Amino acid sequence: MGKRMKSKGILPGFGLTIGYTLVYLSLLVLIPLSILFLQTASMTWEQFWLTVTDQRVLASFQVSFLTAFFAACMNAVFGVLVAWVLVRYHFPGKRFIDGIVDLPFALPTAVAGIALASIYSENGWIGQLFAAWGMKIAYTPVGIFVALTFIGLPFVVRTVQPVLQDWDRQVEEAAATLGASRLQTFLRVILPHLLPAILTGFALAFARALGEYGSVVFISGNMPFQTEIVPLLIMTKLEQFDYTGATAIASVMLVASFFMLLVINFFQWKTNKLDAGR
Amino acid sequence: MTDTSEPGYVRWLLIAVALIFMGLFLVVPLIAVFSEAFSEGIGLFLQAVKEPDTLSAVKLTLLTAAISVPANVVFGVAAAWAIAKFSFRGKNLLLTLIDLPFAVSPVISGLIFVLLFGTQGVLGPWLAAHDIKIIFAVPGIVLATTFVTFPFVARELIPVMEAQGKDEEEAAISLGASGWQTFWRITLPNIKWGLLYGVILCNARAMGEFGAVSVVSGHIRGMTNTLPLHVEILYNEYQFVAAFAAATLLAVLALVTLVLKSLIEWKTEGQQRENEAMPEIIREASA
Repeated sequence: MGKRMKSKGILPGFGLTIGYTLVYLSLLVLIPLSILFLQTASMTWEQFWLTVTDQRVLASFQVSFLTAFFAACMNAVFGVLVAWVLVRYHFPGKRFIDGIVDLPFALPTAVAGIALASIYSENGWIGQLFAAWGMKIAYTPVGIFVALTFIGLPFVVRTVQPVLQDWDRQVEEAAATLGASRLQTFLRVILPHLLPAILTGFALAFARALGEYGSVVFISGNMPFQTEIVPLLIMTKLEQFDYTGATAIASVMLVASFFMLLVINFFQWKTNKLDAGR
Repeated sequence: MTDTSEPGYVRWLLIAVALIFMGLFLVVPLIAVFSEAFSEGIGLFLQAVKEPDTLSAVKLTLLTAAISVPANVVFGVAAAWAIAKFSFRGKNLLLTLIDLPFAVSPVISGLIFVLLFGTQGVLGPWLAAHDIKIIFAVPGIVLATTFVTFPFVARELIPVMEAQGKDEEEAAISLGASGWQTFWRITLPNIKWGLLYGVILCNARAMGEFGAVSVVSGHIRGMTNTLPLHVEILYNEYQFVAAFAAATLLAVLALVTLVLKSLIEWKTEGQQRENEAMPEIIREASA
């Protein structure tokens, strides 16, 4: 941006729009969010520590982090596959598939939740196939994993797709000319270039899965120590009017989310830098 | 010319695996919603949809979206104008802060308003003294929904407005147009598709939000039940047909959202190609 552009432009409305933006942002987002930390700060350290290291709370953190992690891994692998197929190949129904990738963003989570619970229950369409082998999906951690995979599906596809689209195929030709096999070219030339985008998508899916509530509660069975996720535990504490407990757990979750936001911003910055560098 | 495509069988194998994955995770659940809703015939489906509690849930959902979406549109346009047309310090910080609601768990999004306005909340005693009810009432639902959908419009508009630059607006102003005239006649026509895109996504989330609304609603039938909450109640009461019938309304909303979204994407892609063709020629000529 040149010096001339930086000097005060002739366009009006900066004061009004930035003022409105800051007031609205503060009233609706910043002040309510800071209340959570203020309330947490009003607890004694011991109170806070006892609440968040309670066995049941720790168990729910474990369930949430593990299922979210595995779901994000699943999405990273299949997200790259779907993005690859959509960018590189032509097949009937491609436009439909491309459009439906965003279904998890558009479909209300409660609807997804009851649909998945009915499909994966023991006499559901898919659940009965697994039940024949003696495997349960709904009301186990696997059910949570399924719901979180559904909810995080669009993230990796939508972060990898544009990078793959802009990718210069000449580099692949060069690799092939130099004797690389197709798989070698993919693993050693294309994949490293996609990595920042994949990691961005992974982090977005993971962050979303950590906080997800609606699609999980129906399929998870909500058994403390086994299938109880953190957002559900916060909900349970609220229903028991244990506001301090809910607040303490929520503040830990919120710090984890903010950390994920930083990670995502970092990967996004890396993706953009790679793009700009070419 | 070196071959940079996979052998045919690899190609079809990859396509098949991708399609099976998508079918299993996306298409099957969608079909399940409709199949369960109509499993006992269309009569029972219609009966479930026409039930007074369902209708009042639909009304509340529409009302909530009718307040939240315009509020976030006004904010989104204002924020995009300030951020895209002017340079100032702390812009990146502001962008991150606007994204915050996306990073917050829906349950926590509801919780913060309970901490603020609930009976034990910071403003609870004052609200009680003035007989104002926010939590377990409609205002709380609207607040939580507005919080959750806060970034959608701004997020879509900022890159669109940045890409437009400000030459056209500056030309209009120097030719004597007022700020409002410039906005209505120049900026708005330029950003209309981006704006519509943001509105559609914002609306889908506003009508479908579950976790945040669940915390602040209190689940009072016919009073503070939005459609997603109504689906949950029916499902937990083992009224599966009725639950899925109500869910089809939301599933149709999702499908309409996806179709509109795809249409806008194709439309703007076409425009982009036209727009990009010009600078390409200029660049090549000057090189």
